[in-house]
Amino acid sequence: MTTPPSFLTAEMREQAIGTQSSPLTMEVEKGAIVKFAEAIGDDNPLWTDEIIARKGKYGGLIAPPTFLRSIRIDRPELPFDLPFTRLLDGGSDWEYFQPVRAGDLITAKNQITDLQERVGRMGLMIIMTNLITYVNQFQEVVATQTNTSIRY
Amino acid sequence: MSNQLFWEDVKEGSELTPQSHQPSTRQLVQYAGASGDFYEIHYDKDYAQGNNLDGPILHGALKSAFLGKFMTDWAGPLGSLKKLSCQYRGMDFPGQVITAKGSVNRKYQLDGNFLVDCTIWLENPDGQNTTPGTATVELPSKGVPNG
Repeated sequence: MTTPPSFLTAEMREQAIGTQSSPLTMEVEKGAIVKFAEAIGDDNPLWTDEIIARKGKYGGLIAPPTFLRSIRIDRPELPFDLPFTRLLDGGSDWEYFQPVRAGDLITAKNQITDLQERVGRMGLMIIMTNLITYVNQFQEVVATQTNTSIRY
Repeated sequence: MSNQLFWEDVKEGSELTPQSHQPSTRQLVQYAGASGDFYEIHYDKDYAQGNNLDGPILHGALKSAFLGKFMTDWAGPLGSLKKLSCQYRGMDFPGQVITAKGSVNRKYQLDGNFLVDCTIWLENPDGQNTTPGTATVELPSKGVPNG
């Protein structure tokens, strides 16, 4: 398999950066929080035990920090096709502003903030940076996630 | 809900007590269901190998969840996680032990909040840092009632 020496042009980057997805809204179900906590092996009573959590500083069950990964997001549509189908997650930077509570309605917006190419061990790779903003039903930004993904 | 850590008790340069996990393929399936990330490289061996991988790999986001737990356990019920950042530099495989480690980088006050920055990472059985990261935690202060 030959790897194209370069794919992205300055024009393509300009077209892609700033592209946004349509926002998606999901209700945070208590059962979903508990199942997520079980799946990550985290038995913190703040996200697994309503009775203890109710006596704590939040007055009720809240979601663990990375629970927002389970909130559906739309992918911003690129104005061109990428030459790769394989995908790896490169990492995430989270910032937290408000607790996410059972019953919240969370709206997630996804925006492309950077697009680069690099030649790595597996040949040419496209590295995309997305900023995902999570807003609750009170129009408060509860968290942001800056995610890097690698296509190869 | 015991052993609450207070900002005054934290020393710059001190190490956090390591926390180990040994996720199974079953846990990756469980995480796929809980997160909605059903990408086959995390539980289908043939699919993973067809993608030039040695076998199924951990979801990066599961690794960040382990680091999230590492920090929220440390911060205790009165503390809270403000920032969590990590990069998936190396792949981790089900069945292997991965260990969350960290140290206190800096403690400071900002806008009336008592904050601590930590350097955190996940280590594989060969002692390699596969997942370097950082975190900022807000802690209660002994000087502030209900702080």
